[in-house]
Amino acid sequence: MNQHILRTYDDELMEVRSVVVRMGGLAAEQLADSMQALRELDLDLAEKTRQADKKLDALEVQAENTVIGVFARRAPVADDLREVVSALKITTMIERMGDYAKNIARRSIAIAEGKGVVLMPPLLDDMATHAHEMIQDVMDAYVKRGADEAIAVWERDEHLDNMYNAAYRQILARMMEAPEQIGVWSHYLMIAKNLERIGDQATNVAEQVHYAIMGEFLEEARQKRDRTSAEVFEGH
Amino acid sequence: MPDTAIDLQNTVGAQPKMSIRDVHVRYGETHAVKGINLDLYQDNVTALIGPSGCGKSTLLRCLNRMNDTIVDCSVEGSILLDGEDIYAKEIDVVQLRARVGMVFQKPNPFPKSVYDNVAYGPRIHGLATDRDALDEIVEASLEKAGLWHEVKDRLDHLGTTLSGGQQQRLCIARAIAVNPEVILMDEPCSSLDPIATARVEALIDELSGHYAIVIVTHSMQQAARVSQKTVFFHLGEMIEYGDTTQIFTAPRQERTRDYITGRFG
Repeated sequence: MNQHILRTYDDELMEVRSVVVRMGGLAAEQLADSMQALRELDLDLAEKTRQADKKLDALEVQAENTVIGVFARRAPVADDLREVVSALKITTMIERMGDYAKNIARRSIAIAEGKGVVLMPPLLDDMATHAHEMIQDVMDAYVKRGADEAIAVWERDEHLDNMYNAAYRQILARMMEAPEQIGVWSHYLMIAKNLERIGDQATNVAEQVHYAIMGEFLEEARQKRDRTSAEVFEGH
Repeated sequence: MPDTAIDLQNTVGAQPKMSIRDVHVRYGETHAVKGINLDLYQDNVTALIGPSGCGKSTLLRCLNRMNDTIVDCSVEGSILLDGEDIYAKEIDVVQLRARVGMVFQKPNPFPKSVYDNVAYGPRIHGLATDRDALDEIVEASLEKAGLWHEVKDRLDHLGTTLSGGQQQRLCIARAIAVNPEVILMDEPCSSLDPIATARVEALIDELSGHYAIVIVTHSMQQAARVSQKTVFFHLGEMIEYGDTTQIFTAPRQERTRDYITGRFG
């Protein structure tokens, strides 16, 4: 895309992009750290991950301020308008990913400090790997302005949903087998949900990236494969 | 390629107030407007945008034959008003300019009273049978132009003594007074401050729906604020035509994008 005649306008948009990319990197790192803390029941790393979330919150505020400044000074239109509106939404989505990672870290502390340690089901690690790749790939799509790459991330959420459904059933079975461990399994269930939600947020980011590049919304409603609420309802 | 097909789909069933068909305008050797096809609708404000020299004002001036007075200007193609060719021999240009009124870049009231500025058109077109009827037309026109309450006590003052914004609204009242069907505006706010601009834009909002309005503007934000349709011209060609929201959020043509976002192109 051609440069703006006003170079400072390009500089401001570059700053917005840079904050978004830094936030994406931090969210991916937070997820990886929270899962390592969970896997190894590492209290120090869990605490460090919780604290790292503050950086994301601060960057979100920085992005907001920059975008508001762009609106006030530049009255952006067309690609610029889509870019800054999307950035505003994407930073909120990434900040939510950070919240989910923080929640995983918090639960890993609760699990480590609880009685009768139960090791993490491997499926959660697979879910985390998938969610982590989704974050990285959607941020790559953002940097490269790759609409097709964004759609590819969007489509991969279904697989994460399927993994969540499998994890849900697996954890529910463990709860039934060992009711005395229901506390720790509840944490694992919530962690699975957090991972699934991180995937949802990455999918939302993909939609925004696609909109920013193409100027059209991905209207087609994604068929959610989350059948767990129906199972709870049927099995009450 | 201009995006006219998309617009024609959007306005299926509506009769255009004016139709521009394959219009070329030349000033001597200069080919200023190149094969424009465009429909203008009664219910719409249409903004013509583009860099200086792109042909937008030239095209605007063809719509009520203001270019007739320019010696080496030639217009080819057809421009229809309610299906009637405005360049046909039998057309009375004075009548045409009553039906297709114009407001210029700089307010240009006559050096006459506020009253006479508005009454001038109805008088020469015989629209009022007596003084009471003329008074009514003047009041109604100033009212529609949002100026009545500001000038009702000084109708005998010279129009040129009003503020710039008031003068421009007086010119709009003057155009309205002869019951036009189309109002052409050539950068009507370029000499006005933001408050006077806002008043004129509010007036355009009020008038839209009653008249087909075509506005040439260099202000992207003004085009976005006041129009429902936007046309982008470049080097005499129509590059893109579409709903204003679409043009300003997701233009289809790269040249439109570069222009409205202020990029080198």
